[in-house]
Amino acid sequence: MTDYLLLLVGTVLVNNFVLVNFLGLCPFMGVSSRTETAIGMSFATTFVMTLASLLSYVVNTYILAPLGLEYLTTMTFILVIAVVVQFTEMVVHKTSANLYRLLGIFLPLITTNCAVLGVAILNRDKQHNFFESVIYGFGAAVGFSLVLIMFAAMREKLANADVPSPFKGSAIAMITAGLMSLAFMGFTGLVKF
Amino acid sequence: MSAIIAILVLGVIAALFGALLGYASVQFKVEGDPLAEQLDALLPQTQCGQCGYPGCKPYAEAVANGEAINKCAPGGEDTIKKIADLMGVEVQPLDENHETDNTPKVAFIIEEDCIGCTKCIQACPVDAILGTTKQMHTIIADECTGCDLCVAPCPVDCIEMIPLATTTQNWQWDLSTIPVVQID
Amino acid sequence: MESVIERIQKGHFSHFHGGIHPPEQKFLTSTKPIASAQIPEQLIIPVRQHIGQAGDIIVAVGDKVLKGQALSASNSPMQLPVHAPTSGIISAIENAVIPHPSGLSELCIIITPDHEDTWRKRTICPDHHLLSKDQILEKIANSGIAGMGGAGFPTQVKVSTLAKINYLIINAAECEPYITADDLLIQEHSPTVLDGIKILDHLLAPKNILIGIEDNKAKAIETLQKATADIAHIHVCVIPTKYPSGGEKQLIKILTNQEVPSGVLPSSLGIVMQNVATCFAIADAVINDTPLIKRVVTVSGQALDKPQNIWSLIGTPVGFLTQHCDYKNRQHKHLIMGGPMMGFSLSNDQIPVIKSTNCILAPSEAEIESPYSTGTKEVECIRCGQCADVCPAQLLPQELQWSAKAKDQQQLTKLNLFDCIECGACAYVCPSQIPLVHYYRVAKAEIRQQKLLDIKAEKAKVRFEARKERLEREKIARAEKHKKAAEARKARMNSGTSEAKTEKSAVAAALARVKAKKAQASTDDHKINSEPESTNEQASDKKDQVANAIARAKAKKLAKQAQLKEGQATENLTTDNDKEASISAKLDNVTVSDKKAKVAAAIAKAKAKKLQQAENSNDSLSTDTQAKSDEDKKAKVAAAVAKAKAKAKAKAAERTQDDKPDVLVANDNVASAIDVDASSAKIDIASTQSAAELKKARIAATIEKAKAKAKAKSSLTEETIKTEAKSSLAEETIKTEATAITEAPIPGAAELKKAKVAAAVAKAKAKKLAAQAQKVAEPENSEQGDDDNVIASATDSKKARIAAAVAKAKAKKLAADTNKSPTSE
Repeated sequence: MTDYLLLLVGTVLVNNFVLVNFLGLCPFMGVSSRTETAIGMSFATTFVMTLASLLSYVVNTYILAPLGLEYLTTMTFILVIAVVVQFTEMVVHKTSANLYRLLGIFLPLITTNCAVLGVAILNRDKQHNFFESVIYGFGAAVGFSLVLIMFAAMREKLANADVPSPFKGSAIAMITAGLMSLAFMGFTGLVKF
Repeated sequence: MSAIIAILVLGVIAALFGALLGYASVQFKVEGDPLAEQLDALLPQTQCGQCGYPGCKPYAEAVANGEAINKCAPGGEDTIKKIADLMGVEVQPLDENHETDNTPKVAFIIEEDCIGCTKCIQACPVDAILGTTKQMHTIIADECTGCDLCVAPCPVDCIEMIPLATTTQNWQWDLSTIPVVQID
Repeated sequence: MESVIERIQKGHFSHFHGGIHPPEQKFLTSTKPIASAQIPEQLIIPVRQHIGQAGDIIVAVGDKVLKGQALSASNSPMQLPVHAPTSGIISAIENAVIPHPSGLSELCIIITPDHEDTWRKRTICPDHHLLSKDQILEKIANSGIAGMGGAGFPTQVKVSTLAKINYLIINAAECEPYITADDLLIQEHSPTVLDGIKILDHLLAPKNILIGIEDNKAKAIETLQKATADIAHIHVCVIPTKYPSGGEKQLIKILTNQEVPSGVLPSSLGIVMQNVATCFAIADAVINDTPLIKRVVTVSGQALDKPQNIWSLIGTPVGFLTQHCDYKNRQHKHLIMGGPMMGFSLSNDQIPVIKSTNCILAPSEAEIESPYSTGTKEVECIRCGQCADVCPAQLLPQELQWSAKAKDQQQLTKLNLFDCIECGACAYVCPSQIPLVHYYRVAKAEIRQQKLLDIKAEKAKVRFEARKERLEREKIARAEKHKKAAEARKARMNSGTSEAKTEKSAVAAALARVKAKKAQASTDDHKINSEPESTNEQASDKKDQVANAIARAKAKKLAKQAQLKEGQATENLTTDNDKEASISAKLDNVTVSDKKAKVAAAIAKAKAKKLQQAENSNDSLSTDTQAKSDEDKKAKVAAAVAKAKAKAKAKAAERTQDDKPDVLVANDNVASAIDVDASSAKIDIASTQSAAELKKARIAATIEKAKAKAKAKSSLTEETIKTEAKSSLAEETIKTEATAITEAPIPGAAELKKAKVAAAVAKAKAKKLAAQAQKVAEPENSEQGDDDNVIASATDSKKARIAAAVAKAKAKKLAADTNKSPTSE
């Protein structure tokens, strides 16, 4: 039990996927201009990541591995992720057309979010069992959401602030992200495993 | 041999997922295009036609299909910014074809000249003109949107556009407009 | 847990969040008694001095009014009457600058006092506790009492609440620096104030009455405590001095520890608050039948030699009060109405004192900097957060400021911008000297405006949709009607009766006629060379319009000159002649060759000249030569303008519809010319006085008309025979009408009206001629005989009507000038 908890905390804070592993930066920069959009995106990504890591584990363990087709994992994982994202897109479109429109192109781009594929592949590499895979995927998503929402809140304030003109726009956003990353590195050594 | 198995396996997985997606797409089908309605809600509803479309709803639908967002003259910069926010596109300056004078105006009929021809009544897109043939016409000031579509059809040129007066109710705290008298 | 009353009795009060302690500066005025009211040279009384609508004015300029007389009446609870503060004469009812930060003007009643100070009849009511609640409310309403603490909400609305009241709070806090009006009012008039409180007690029946007063008013506290010592449920609550304790929600929090939620009125919490000055006014109104015509105003500031409190009549110009206090002469005068935190600068010193004015400040430059002296000292926000520390409404001024500068209305509403009471504490503490309250006011105004625009846009959208539906409905109904008519006609024609047969043969004959005409028209078409459409046309069209506009402008100018110069009749006549000639010359130059149209134009010109000569000959017979010459000028001008218009439009139409046979165009020009004649004849009629003149002019007009028709006939082909017949018919009718009128002489106005009627008839006939001519040439018009659309698409008939209409309008104007009394049409 403690192992799972430690895994979760480790994935959310210590080895945060966005700020420490630098995966999933595209939606991180692209969707974080408004907090509402960020929250919607984080829900969608959480759903995708958890489900994708679960399905990838299942496909890998019960279909590919017995047939000795491990070399197909990358392709299969992408297939799984694409299907899950497409499904998520349909659900979002149905339940909240507003969010669907706000997210725009970034919703199907979750397919190419390296954090999602990263979770699937890292699960395989670390030879997690089923629960560990799910928790790892969920933890990665929570970490992503946490950082995304915090960053969105900061960017909203930055939008109204009096930024010197060379720094306006993405420049100040990148600097902020870098500072956040520095802050999160303070978690190093929090969990030892 | 293993290659064939690989292809088969992949094919089966793909087919399965494809079937799942197909079923889901039917389940979660979404009707209509709410984007046009949302855009329409941002437009000022003067129905003046300066954008080139016969009303605000047609322009909203056009913008939903990719039309330029900088054509609404009565909306001004504010509306362009809101549409840009909604559509997720860049803010563009107002189309140069439009005049930049955006002060809100209301039409007024000079009653001595009105001949009761009802041409202006037909031109008004919001039916803000009261009157009938050979009777005096008058503008219902509360309903007039200031689109000035009625000025052109009038054969005796008796309609003029009057800017809305600033009252204490709609003063926008522009301190530079207060008339100051130097007292000695 | 102590109850509120127990805590009050022990002197334990709560606190509200934030607040500041600015220097009080009350020593300037707190030790002097209230000066008595002086009557200024002029009283400017705005009709609306409260939150709500203005009352209906019931006096007129020149009326003599007595002191306390009602100047306006109220028909709804949110309308409050205003009263004359002293006896005098109403010298004007006009727009004057009102006490508002915008410096805008609103309707004011201006009274010149006669310095007699005569009261109207007053009925003292010694035992007010015998009055019913409704009677008391009526007295309060009729006395025009509004909240005198600064907001100006109609008092009778506030105290007529039906809710169960637990606390009636009397606001004697007066937290703003410099102001001592309420302090001295309590010191000097506490019995009346107590009377007012008792009346409110009777009205609202609260469980407890709390008088909230700051601890910097020792004498007033003592007075109040002595006065209320024997009344059990009135408690004098001495609260610590802090700005803004006097704010409604803040005082409620201090005294009862209850927070009034956003958007909720205190009455729903069982609390009603009234200012002490309002209580005084209520007592005066109910007991002494005295309306609200004066109030205590603190006139303070270091630019005054004698700052003091003054009983000021409502409507006293601020300059009068500062003069009374010996305002030191200075280069840049700076006057503030209100206190230093919530007041606003005045743009001139004739702005009057109103019901909610509690202070006039005349600060020296060192005290408060004049807004006109230097630019803004604002610098960047350093995010120190002091503003949030002092905000009494527990808002986030820093966030509000960022959102207000970014015009983020959504965020502003989320941050509760409309809960800001605009006390100024945040701006007071801001180290960057950012005028925070100004930004909030601008943002509030923008959001309010946006809400109104949204509502308006919604209404416009609904009306637009409704109109679309209406047009659809009408189209369908029209189609139905036509279908039914067609079917009915078919049924009729196929019924086999004799009428049906004649109808059929008539239709056949008409069709045959149309065919023949078509054949003729097509041959004509080949003869006439229509100009090729080219880009030059557009340019010349524009030139036409320009020339038209020039002619119109010139005509207007001439008309104006004619009105001004009265003694130079003949001179102007000649200049008008020249001008007219030049106008026509210009038009001739501009228009391209069309002989027939030119002919018609020349005919019109000649006729105009003839008419002019006819008028000149009539000059000697008329009684009023001056007026006549003016009218002559106007007539000529009008005729010229009408002619010019008709001509230009004919030209334009000819070019745009070059497939139309020349014949019709010329026909229309004739029609226009005829109309010009008709209008000139009308003008003739209008300008002459005697019946004989009328007859002469009429006959001359009709003769000329006939001549014109004859001339036109000679240059036209057979299509116009019909129109001729019609026009001769018109002639006949005009003649008979003329004779009918001349045979029975009637006084001026009725004659004029008949003349107008005749002219209108002539116009209508001309219109019909033009329309018929057009119809004949266009048999393919599917609408069989259904040309009842006044808004007919053909521009030709329109032109004729345009010319006639313009002339008619001008004739009306002349007629009005002649009779010097409005004639009804």
